[in-house]
Amino acid sequence: MATEEYSEGGSAFQFHPLDQFIVKPLFGDGPVSWYTPTNVTLWMAIALLAIVAVFVLGSRGRAIIPTRLQSVGELLYGFIYKMVEDVTGKDGVKYFPYIMSLFLFILFSNYLALIPMSYSPTSMIAVTVILGFGVFIAITILGFVKNGPAFLGLFWMSDAPAFLRPIIAIIEIISYFVRPVSLSIRLAGNIAAGHVVLKVFATFAAAAIISPAAILGIIAIYGLEILVCGIQAYVFTILTCVYLKDALHPAH
Amino acid sequence: MATETTDVAGVCVDAGGSALGMPQLCADWMPNQIFWLVITLIAVYFVMSRVALPRISAVLAERSGTITNDIAAAEELKNKAAQAEAAYDQALLDARAEANKIVAEAKAEIQAELDVELQKADAQIAAKTAESEAAIAEIREGAVKSVTEVAKATAKELVAAMGGTADAKTITAAVTARMKG
Repeated sequence: MATEEYSEGGSAFQFHPLDQFIVKPLFGDGPVSWYTPTNVTLWMAIALLAIVAVFVLGSRGRAIIPTRLQSVGELLYGFIYKMVEDVTGKDGVKYFPYIMSLFLFILFSNYLALIPMSYSPTSMIAVTVILGFGVFIAITILGFVKNGPAFLGLFWMSDAPAFLRPIIAIIEIISYFVRPVSLSIRLAGNIAAGHVVLKVFATFAAAAIISPAAILGIIAIYGLEILVCGIQAYVFTILTCVYLKDALHPAH
Repeated sequence: MATETTDVAGVCVDAGGSALGMPQLCADWMPNQIFWLVITLIAVYFVMSRVALPRISAVLAERSGTITNDIAAAEELKNKAAQAEAAYDQALLDARAEANKIVAEAKAEIQAELDVELQKADAQIAAKTAESEAAIAEIREGAVKSVTEVAKATAKELVAAMGGTADAKTITAAVTARMKG
């Protein structure tokens, strides 16, 4: 039915750039219930295995002079550790394993999604919303546990002129609640958009005349995506650190 | 067309297997993703916090310890090398001073020997000179005597040739007087 419709249009192209995000069960063809192993499960599991490969198998030797894989793990460790320490201060270091896990999951999911025919869990709103709101809720709870009601001082600019303070407080509260939304939409939007663009170029590559241009386009966008994948993981992580710093030291 | 979607495909996929709208927004699939995400995150967290991160931090600590120790050892070796160099320089200076001393001694010794030899040679030369002078004087004396005799003989012959007779005494006196003059 659908194919008829496309061929009636007389176009050689069949645009289904969003089909790559369809969730399919791995086994059989049944409905997708909450526990069904799907392609999402598969690629998350691959990300997990990749992380294990780099960080557990790679550092197996515990070598003073690291192997290549161990150096990769150490570089990532040092990078995130320094970020957490620089942004949140010494008392934020105990949350480093959480932030590291988050960063690695996003980073590996992003990059594994660049493998052709793969699936990108981080392009799914449901996934990034859980990540973003998870960070948000955890940090809000942490802020109240650490500081008690003083955490609300985050919204009350004591430096500002008195008549401006309520207005600033409203703006601060709005911006505070927008944080998880921006975190999750930014990540999912970037990754999904990149994959859609790649798919569109790939579709154009089917036509002989424009295929060289389309392939060049794919190469260019792919290069861009390599940057975007790293940057989005980095941005998510550093914003998490910034929010964590707010929770630990709410005073402006 | 949407009414013809099969039950198997669900509400997010049309009959051709293509997505209806954005799959990201399909509520049917969300619980599945969330469930597996939570499982994966917990797994990643346990792997990282239990195994990987302690191991890497131990390796990094050990490495920085090793580096510190190595740097300290290198510093020590460097000091030792500096000491050795100073000792070497000192030895070189000593050796040079010793060599200078030996050279000076040798020079003095040679000079002394040379002086002695020179004196000896001078003495020999003086002796030879005196001897030679004596011989020359003797020769000269001999020559004077011979000349006197020759002169006397010649004078006698000359006198005789000119027809005179001269006794030896007169001739001798005349020759002696001439030779003095």
